Amino acid sequence: MSLLWLRFALACYFIGLVYAFVALSRTSDLFSRIALHAASLGMVFHFVSLTELFLSGHVVWASVHNGESLLAFLSMSFFMLIYAIYQTTSPGVVVFPVVFFLTFVAALDEQPVLLTQFVSHKGWLAAHIFLIFIGYAALLVSFGASLLYLLQERRLKAKKSTSLISFLPALEVIDQIGYRSLLLGFPFMTLGLLTGSVVAISAYGHLDFLDPKIMLSVLMWVVYMVMVFTRWNSGWRGRRAAFLATFAFVAALAAWAANYFSAIHRFAAS
Amino acid sequence: MRFQLIGVNHKSAPLEVRERLAIPESRLPDTCRDLNNYPGIEEAMVISTCNRVEIVAHTTNGHADLRGFLYDHFHLKPEELDAHLYEFREKDAVRHLFRVASSLDSMVVGEAQILGQVKEAYATARAVGAVRGQLDQLFSRAFAVAKRVRTETAVGSSSVSIASVAVELAKKIFGTLEGKTVFIVGAGKMSELAARHLMAHGCASIFVANRTYERAIGLAQRFNGQAIKFDDLYNTCDRADIVITSTGSPHAIFRREHGEQFLSRRKNRPMFFIDIAVPRDVSPEMGKLDGIFTYDIDDLQQAVSSHVADRHKEAELAEAIITSEVERFEARLHTLDVVPTIVSLQDHLETIRQAEIDRVRGRMGQLTPEQEIAIEALTRGIINKVMHTPITTLKTAAKESEATTVVDVVRRLFNLHDKAEAPPEKKNEVGMRP
Repeated sequence: MSLLWLRFALACYFIGLVYAFVALSRTSDLFSRIALHAASLGMVFHFVSLTELFLSGHVVWASVHNGESLLAFLSMSFFMLIYAIYQTTSPGVVVFPVVFFLTFVAALDEQPVLLTQFVSHKGWLAAHIFLIFIGYAALLVSFGASLLYLLQERRLKAKKSTSLISFLPALEVIDQIGYRSLLLGFPFMTLGLLTGSVVAISAYGHLDFLDPKIMLSVLMWVVYMVMVFTRWNSGWRGRRAAFLATFAFVAALAAWAANYFSAIHRFAAS
Repeated sequence: MRFQLIGVNHKSAPLEVRERLAIPESRLPDTCRDLNNYPGIEEAMVISTCNRVEIVAHTTNGHADLRGFLYDHFHLKPEELDAHLYEFREKDAVRHLFRVASSLDSMVVGEAQILGQVKEAYATARAVGAVRGQLDQLFSRAFAVAKRVRTETAVGSSSVSIASVAVELAKKIFGTLEGKTVFIVGAGKMSELAARHLMAHGCASIFVANRTYERAIGLAQRFNGQAIKFDDLYNTCDRADIVITSTGSPHAIFRREHGEQFLSRRKNRPMFFIDIAVPRDVSPEMGKLDGIFTYDIDDLQQAVSSHVADRHKEAELAEAIITSEVERFEARLHTLDVVPTIVSLQDHLETIRQAEIDRVRGRMGQLTPEQEIAIEALTRGIINKVMHTPITTLKTAAKESEATTVVDVVRRLFNLHDKAEAPPEKKNEVGMRP
């Protein structure tokens, strides 16, 4: 049943996906409103789907697909939060496709939850997943914002007459969205990694730093920290910040993908 | 009508060329004087704005070498300039001037500033005596036409000035302008206007730097801002988010190294440079830095013109007005040509009438006042009847090309040679009659 709701949500997110592609080339107030409503409706279905999963009792996020579904939902919540504050749908250009992709994969089929069998501290595991996913969602938004910043900067520099009217918010607003997401995400990411370590230690007795999952996670965290630091210390933005954000994002993707190679972070028999 | 007009504008010449032709306000009177001493020119004046440099002249034979004047005055070779020049004569020159004054030739069709600029140029030229008769009439008419276009069409209704575009661009960069700081470098009307717009949209504080410190103080006081010594410009500039620069400096005063300095001191927070100076104050190299956004006058105007595509319809209406006004002006000028003839014709006949009355009065003896009036009315009536057809013919002919022929014939018939050679001052007085 949960999967059915998720597929409804997916259909709604599809409109967001179309918006993401159209918004880059033309500005339409009507379409951004449609996309926003579709996304909200999608979130309702998505929420129902997640609630059903939650009520089924286990720490159900600990399956790759359920995790993806949760991450998509959190990213969407982040998007809505930004919309509430800044009244702009433009981060959707980056967020919508990623959310659609995550939801699409999650909606393919149901997976058995295997990881929890090895873990004794289920509370820690749940905290780990939640925290790290919020960190991921923040990183995604920050990454999106840095791309939008580049785009807006280029438009302003190109001095094209069309640049006066565009779907992009002001440069400093994009910058703020990116920076605030970064700041907000950092403690979650840090705590997420710490709780993850606790879970790993409790399951295996030690932390294997040579494990690809842990190595990449640490790398991602270091890049994240460098981003926060350079931004705070010397106000890096624009090209340099986008470069770092891309690097952090790729590291995060790699850390995610490492689930498939890691000995300790195996969700399912995937 | 021997008007000539030559010049460059934003359509015909790039900023680089206009920069070389631009005449600073302070040198405008001298240029006007030089121009009026140039062979073949009766009266002439210069319109020099950031978008155009034009010479309008009334010449002795309609073929004065205005190009030659430009080459000499700006020390330019013909091949550097010719490709960008346009030249109009007579009716076309009148039409062009009307279009310029009515802001139809502006980059931003309908913007209001150009009329003020033309008026200023006219006042300057008038002050040095460069504008007297024909040109005076031409410009008075041009101002009237501009007014008519403004009131009868909507061309200027949504007039988007450079200043308001600057505000919009600033908002594209900063989002809100609340609490932002503005720096005016080089006190000038346009920068003051832009600053006023920015302040109205929330900018909080303002700095002013000017080569003449007193002027900086004056402007700063008007804005409740702070005057900065020009030498301290580079040390304080990084405190401003928006810099409006319009100095008369022949070289860029903001260069790449300055930009780098500002950015490092500002922790890379973006800066917006509005460069309305010609020649430009901000080097293009500096504009390439991340976080520095420079808009020069052409960029601003391009941004403006994207707003105003829908003015085209109104512009067509305005063009129709211009066409009819050019016809009217032409006709009026011709009529002016016949007016002296009509006046001398009337004078001539009046003299004859008076002489005849005086001659017969002696023979008729004492007349009653009623009889006096009757004779007066009778003689006047005859003259008016006789005069009616020639005068109407003259007036009709005035609107056509045969005016001179008709005038000649009338003069010869009535032997008006002497009076037709009336001095130009008198002609103009007649011309001033409505």
